[in-house]
Amino acid sequence: MPVQNFESHFQEKIDADVRIEPKDWMPEKYRQTLIRQISQHAHSEIVGMLPEGNWISRAPSLKRKQILIAKVQDEAGHGLYLYSAAETLGISRDEMIGQLHSGKAKYSSIFNYPTLTWADMGAIGWLVDGAAIMNQVPLCRTSYGPYSRAMIRVCKEESFHQRQGFESLLVLSRGTPEQRAMVQDAIDRWWWPSLMMFGPHDSESLHSEQSMKWKIKRFSNDELRQRFVDMIAEQVKLLGMTLPDPDLKWNEERSHYDFGKINWEEFWNVVSGNGPCNKQRLDARKKAWDDGAWVREAAKAHAEKRAARNKQQAA
Amino acid sequence: MNYFRKYYYGDYGDKEAPTGGDTGKAAANEWPLWEVFIRSKQGLDHKHVGSLHAADAQMAVENARDVYTRRMEGVSIWVVESKYIHASNPDEAESFYEPAEDKVYRHPTFYDLPDEVNHM
Repeated sequence: MPVQNFESHFQEKIDADVRIEPKDWMPEKYRQTLIRQISQHAHSEIVGMLPEGNWISRAPSLKRKQILIAKVQDEAGHGLYLYSAAETLGISRDEMIGQLHSGKAKYSSIFNYPTLTWADMGAIGWLVDGAAIMNQVPLCRTSYGPYSRAMIRVCKEESFHQRQGFESLLVLSRGTPEQRAMVQDAIDRWWWPSLMMFGPHDSESLHSEQSMKWKIKRFSNDELRQRFVDMIAEQVKLLGMTLPDPDLKWNEERSHYDFGKINWEEFWNVVSGNGPCNKQRLDARKKAWDDGAWVREAAKAHAEKRAARNKQQAA
Repeated sequence: MNYFRKYYYGDYGDKEAPTGGDTGKAAANEWPLWEVFIRSKQGLDHKHVGSLHAADAQMAVENARDVYTRRMEGVSIWVVESKYIHASNPDEAESFYEPAEDKVYRHPTFYDLPDEVNHM
């Protein structure tokens, strides 16, 4: 079969909503796109543990500390599901981690912002995880089998993240004036970066069109962003807080909220490494990797030694 | 035809790669890959849930507990090193499963029975 036939057969399967599995033929570009997207997603989960890890030791109560630890553990788990999914495409774990450390692979730029107060934990759960869920739910139906299965697992666990965030803010919002001010401040700082999480406008998005054709993506960046705005603009009322956007207004005609212009200059700046915490985050990841090297080596040596001993005994 | 087939690891054996297969740059230092199967409750089958890296079987079971059963999703875990799994070839699926295709008489609905027949 010539390559074109492979390609058209592949597209037929995609159009018929047949999932692609690791051993199936796929265009090289499809494979590369998935590796880029899934590994980026995995890196985001892993780097995403850092801003929250910052508050584990300072959580205001044992209950909140347990919740936060559980959430950060979930994020480690999500990173692992996703790394495994990417590995089915022929890239090794070490290679992906190398790409993160060298800066070749990106992670979600939201994690390059600092977590300044306890209310940031709530705001991250509600807004950042809320935006992530909006992106992730459609990915449960993405065309690549292992990715879709990983996302189903992730989404099941993610809803607790968002709910605990909102609930935590709700409690604060019913507290002292200082606590209320802290909630509003956290919302003010996290709102715009959360909107940026959906990526550039459709007209500027590099990979969107092909990804839609291959059903890796099911909805466009702008579609998902609008849904998120519509959802949050209502929820914020329950907190008695506001979103930092004077242009936010319900548009009867569109049946959607209109909202202000996103500062894309800031977005690209953070993506390209100049956010407030880019260096700190990457340094922390590299340090963890380097400090863990002896553990990885020792465990491997131990396993090999034991296997050799068992073999000898059997002989 | 074989030229286009790619063998990757994860989800099935990583040592199946024939010569010419592109397995990526698997780092020699990595812990081996394991496939994880979980029985969600007594009486049900173990089901494949994903994979992970571990130095040995014991670590694989413990990691599988932490990665795949944080919310009591399992009562029993199997792990098997991915390289020991052999899989059928999707390129041959058509001919491989063809024998079952024309045997409708293997299904109960193939048989027309009068409505009066009960319990069947």
